[in-house]
Amino acid sequence: MMTQQDALINYCLRLGDSSLILGQRMAEWCSNGPTLEEDIALTNVSLDLFGQARTMLTYAANLEGKGNTEDDLAYRRSEREYYNTLLSERPNGHFGDTIARNFLHDAFLYHLYTALKNSKDETIAAHAAKSIKEIAYHLRHTGEWVVRLGDGTEESHQKIQQSFDDLWMFTGDLFEMNEVDDILIKAGVAVDLNDIKKNWDSTVNEVLQRATLQRPKDDYMQTGRLQGMHSEYLGHLLTDMQYLQRAYPDATW
Amino acid sequence: MDNIKDNQGDVWEVFVQSKPGLPHKHAGSLHATDKEMALQNARDLYTRRNEGTCIWVVPSNFIVSSLPEDSESFFDPSDDKIYRHPTHYVMPEGAKHI
Amino acid sequence: MLKKSSTDKNQLFVDYFFVKFGQPNKNIYNNMDEQQKLDAFQAKIDAEIKIEPKDWMPEEYRKHLQRQISQHAHSEVIGMQPEGNWVLRAPSLRAKVVLLAKIQDEAGHGQYLYAAGETLGKSRDEFIEELQTEKAKYSSIFNYPTLTWADMGAVGWLVDGAAIVNQVSLQRTSYGPYARAMVRICKEESFHQRQGYEIIAHMAKGTPEQKAMAQDALNRLWWPSLMMFGPHDADSPNLGNGVKWKIKRETNDELRQKFIDKTVHQAEVIGLTIPDPDLKWNEETGHYDYGKIDWDEFWNVVKGNGPCNKQRLEHHKRAHNNGKWVREAALAYAQKQKAKQMVA
Repeated sequence: MMTQQDALINYCLRLGDSSLILGQRMAEWCSNGPTLEEDIALTNVSLDLFGQARTMLTYAANLEGKGNTEDDLAYRRSEREYYNTLLSERPNGHFGDTIARNFLHDAFLYHLYTALKNSKDETIAAHAAKSIKEIAYHLRHTGEWVVRLGDGTEESHQKIQQSFDDLWMFTGDLFEMNEVDDILIKAGVAVDLNDIKKNWDSTVNEVLQRATLQRPKDDYMQTGRLQGMHSEYLGHLLTDMQYLQRAYPDATW
Repeated sequence: MDNIKDNQGDVWEVFVQSKPGLPHKHAGSLHATDKEMALQNARDLYTRRNEGTCIWVVPSNFIVSSLPEDSESFFDPSDDKIYRHPTHYVMPEGAKHI
Repeated sequence: MLKKSSTDKNQLFVDYFFVKFGQPNKNIYNNMDEQQKLDAFQAKIDAEIKIEPKDWMPEEYRKHLQRQISQHAHSEVIGMQPEGNWVLRAPSLRAKVVLLAKIQDEAGHGQYLYAAGETLGKSRDEFIEELQTEKAKYSSIFNYPTLTWADMGAVGWLVDGAAIVNQVSLQRTSYGPYARAMVRICKEESFHQRQGYEIIAHMAKGTPEQKAMAQDALNRLWWPSLMMFGPHDADSPNLGNGVKWKIKRETNDELRQKFIDKTVHQAEVIGLTIPDPDLKWNEETGHYDYGKIDWDEFWNVVKGNGPCNKQRLEHHKRAHNNGKWVREAALAYAQKQKAKQMVA
């Protein structure tokens, strides 16, 4: 039987890992943006996400009580011990792929954190209250770009429509729940993701419509986040990220 | 739209108010293709260090500037109007709060 | 004051008359011959009055600034790459956000500088094209690779350290928009060098492997850092006008000496050795004497034969080309919105 403490640790890892992995993805944009201004905007998002990850991983480490730090959790866990959303680890692709991925993820986090502001867990509530400001901005930023690309040139319209079509199968994973959620919803710590899904739907529909884009059909959905099941991409991302800590386990930096 | 030539977009001027009550001050400029992008770029470029409470952006070509050759006729005539400054006036000795 | 003496009241009226009645580009300078214009310009410079975009300036001053400012801007932008090389591999989350924030600042500084350059009548697109067609240069230090994490320390400590010496001096440059950009940049840069020094200091007292990496990074980057200030004054053809017009406030050698003098002690404090056997304190001059700089290497890297010249430019072109459809989409979207507004 899972304790509430175990459930809470897992929940923090989910939130922290998703921010960490998406943050790392966004850092890949550094010096690769379509304009200098956008380069700065993309790394700003990355910095926000790393900040969110650090709060949640530090909290998870404290809850564990094993003397771990945020860095131990970020740098010394392997693929199957990561609980990030499948969407967050999707490769950047072209700018439209990144915008579509982030927009879908931002809309999810926006509604999730809006609800989590009322969490009975004080740390999570405070984290949500702080993060929601950042995420609201991310959502505005990606939302505007979805519209520009969707309603821009013929080429951009086709490209970003394809991005949404390709990413759609990973959106179901965002709303999967298991025992962890059951325990924490009962305790007033977590929220029912079915409710989040409704809000997410309306945000996504509204922006896609403004962008003259088609919402892809809900077909077969990939899942795995809750079991630490991932795409092959995550391993490579972690290989880069964890290289120094793994190569020099006795060093501090 | 076939007549699009790749470029960085228009130049916009950015004015940032650092605290409520203070005037907006020119911070610099940037490139953007529309006003929302200009506003967001200004936020990311000029307020990363807590510098702002409000931002104005305006396309540079909307700004009308006086020219260097205007400067004598514009600004020198006020040089000798010292009566516009409070120090010009002689107050009776002992007068206070004036 | 120049403003008063350069023209009398009569002239003022004539000027006003022409301005008012539509003589285009009427300018007090129009009534002077070339030498008088230059003298008036120089008098302004000597009186420490900043030159602003719409002011008359010698064509050569404009060209000199365009070259220097764009080179400076390109350096900031290309400089993102060697540091970006380690963002994904930064060894702690703190180190990662600090490095990322620093690179982001560099993008911002590139942006400020392009903006200053644009006030001289060239667009950012033109500047970018000059960079990509190798008509414009950037600081050759960025054509060296960053091989280990210690390089993130050395780059911040030495490369930013050298840049700051130069930039502090440039805050007083004679061209207003450039000076204002530099003030902003210096304010933001102040954490950059500390970030690098912190990394290398920590490694220098870490494991033997870390210490070796730190010393190796210093060995590789010391001389290229000294080269950042450019050729010796005696071999620097552009210096004359640059100093006369107060675009450059101090010469290459003066700035280089400042950098060396302050850095030697910083190396001692963390127990690293500067790779120059001739480096020693000179009681008489009150400065450090230093060994011979390998200018052959410098000119080769400038000419394109550095370890990373091709890689850096390819990277820049790739990012720029990949962004083309995005910029076009944004432009098209804006056009559509404007058209809609016109109808409504």
